[in-house]
Amino acid sequence: MFDERTLKRFRKSKASIFGLGLIAAFLLLALLAPFIAKPQGSDPYQMPQSGYSSEPQKPSAGKIFGTTESQYDLFYGVVWGARTAFKIGAAVIFVALAAGLIIGGLAGYYGGWADEGAMRLTDVILAFPGIVLAVVIVAMLGPGIEKVIFAIAAVSWPAYARLFRGDILTVKKQDFVTASRVMGAGDFWIFTRHILPNSIYPVVVVASLDIGSVVLTAAALSFLGLGAPAGYSDWGQLVAMSRNWILGAAGSPFAYWHTLLIPGGAIFLFVLAWNLLGDAFRDVLDPRQQ
Amino acid sequence: MRKFLLKRALMLPLVALGVTFLLFSLTGLLPPEMRASIYLQDQRELTPELMQELIKEHKLDAPLVVRYGSWLKNLLKGDLGYSETARMKVTEAIKTYLSATLELTIFAIIPIFFIGTRLGTVSAVKKDKWPDQLTRLLAITGYSLPTFVFGLLALMFFYGWLGVLGPGRYSFETDMLIHSDAFKSYTGLLTVDSLLNFKLGVFWDAVKHLILPASVLCFGSVAMLIRITRTSMLEELNKDYVRTARAKGLREAYVIGAHVRRNAMIPVITLVSLQFVRLLGGVVITETVFDFPGIGRWGVKAAQQLDLAGVMGFSLMSALLFVLANTVSDVLYAVMDPRIRYGE
Repeated sequence: MFDERTLKRFRKSKASIFGLGLIAAFLLLALLAPFIAKPQGSDPYQMPQSGYSSEPQKPSAGKIFGTTESQYDLFYGVVWGARTAFKIGAAVIFVALAAGLIIGGLAGYYGGWADEGAMRLTDVILAFPGIVLAVVIVAMLGPGIEKVIFAIAAVSWPAYARLFRGDILTVKKQDFVTASRVMGAGDFWIFTRHILPNSIYPVVVVASLDIGSVVLTAAALSFLGLGAPAGYSDWGQLVAMSRNWILGAAGSPFAYWHTLLIPGGAIFLFVLAWNLLGDAFRDVLDPRQQ
Repeated sequence: MRKFLLKRALMLPLVALGVTFLLFSLTGLLPPEMRASIYLQDQRELTPELMQELIKEHKLDAPLVVRYGSWLKNLLKGDLGYSETARMKVTEAIKTYLSATLELTIFAIIPIFFIGTRLGTVSAVKKDKWPDQLTRLLAITGYSLPTFVFGLLALMFFYGWLGVLGPGRYSFETDMLIHSDAFKSYTGLLTVDSLLNFKLGVFWDAVKHLILPASVLCFGSVAMLIRITRTSMLEELNKDYVRTARAKGLREAYVIGAHVRRNAMIPVITLVSLQFVRLLGGVVITETVFDFPGIGRWGVKAAQQLDLAGVMGFSLMSALLFVLANTVSDVLYAVMDPRIRYGE
């Protein structure tokens, strides 16, 4: 699917280059987090607190982003939040993709009742608005990062299973598969040597471009108080902390702007970067739009 | 056509049944004592004896399938238990909150439809020129900016700074009025009821409280409609009949309006019914941000406080609406596009 012409068109799109640059910047931030914002406690993901007053402090020389509710350091939270975002995004995609590949693969290759059963299961899960089912699962399991990862993966895998199954169905009918079978090859050989290499790339690309929306859902769960534990470096939680302060102080309505705009801006830029990349891919690969 | 409709109609209850089973099996993650909370009216009445009685009565320690059967029987009787967060029966809570959510989504879907199709058309016709670039920028901002961040920003400006629009569904005065004998509720939709009661003040108050959440919902969802309209229009614009129409010397506006748009609208119209229900997922966050007393805010509160009956009722409701709209969308598609019907 990535011939020379496609790649050339992709490189020509300024938006995709911008998106890629943003993702690289966030990745750098996440990798270098221990050097950019030195951890102070035993758990590096726990944001340091300076004082006990609940009122946020404005950005200053010592704390360049200021503090949010309960004196959590915003700069620290944003930097380590990038790490949290990649951690959640990568973990969800890994789990959901693995589940989607296994279930979609079995359904597509064997067909029959395996296919019927797997597809009806995806029907049922896709019958929920994603966020609703994720909220229910987290409510049952209790809050926490691992549970958020599990909940989002549980609602994301059916899309990958279906896509993979569809691609397998197309490849399965090709002559080279029949030829291989006639030559006496077994299921495992045919699947790994012929079908997998010809059907796995689209679903992997689609899944990896979903990191942005996964992080958006995770942030939403944290915002609703169903995600990260208190004080964990997480952008969604930082936005939730700003909720009590959006009305500002008497006489200055934007006194606490930084508590909302800084973590909100971080989520926005992160999701935007992935969406720019995804849009560019779709435009380049969709022949109808040429 | 009849066969297609029949197939869809048969699928509907099957998926619905699957949805109830999936939801119910999730409660298997909880210990029997927690499951008992579905049937509890008041936590304070709880004694160890009552707990044992509840567990026995509703077979809460029985295997999953047995429990599911007894729960399903109650569900068919219209008994979904008592919601602690709503302080009423789940069926009543759904009735109360769903009308608020419905009103909000109607106020969002109308601008979504008009703005989405209009901008999508402009974007396709002026492909790669500045109106297209601007629209695409708007669209990508729309689906990258988290609803809760945009909602809080809107509150910061219009509530904190300007002080004109606020959270909630109505002001305190309206609350007093609509719960007095002078106000009769016909539909549950406050804007409609206020007009039927000839109370323009209430109508204006309701609209004022709908503007912000509806705009936030609209901004987040319009992007998808823009994109679908644009893609669909571009596809049609490349077809031969367009060239023929232009070669005949028809005016460009006529070609676009009478020929291209009509054909391009087929996938778009079916998408709107889906969009409507996707909004029901979107309201979960929007209603929480704006403290709008709809089904989404209730669901989140129930999830935060582990009000099991509330969580089940809310998610069941959302899923069933979602399934219904999917079916409507499929049928609409088949009605409008004969290729789907005969392609069976």
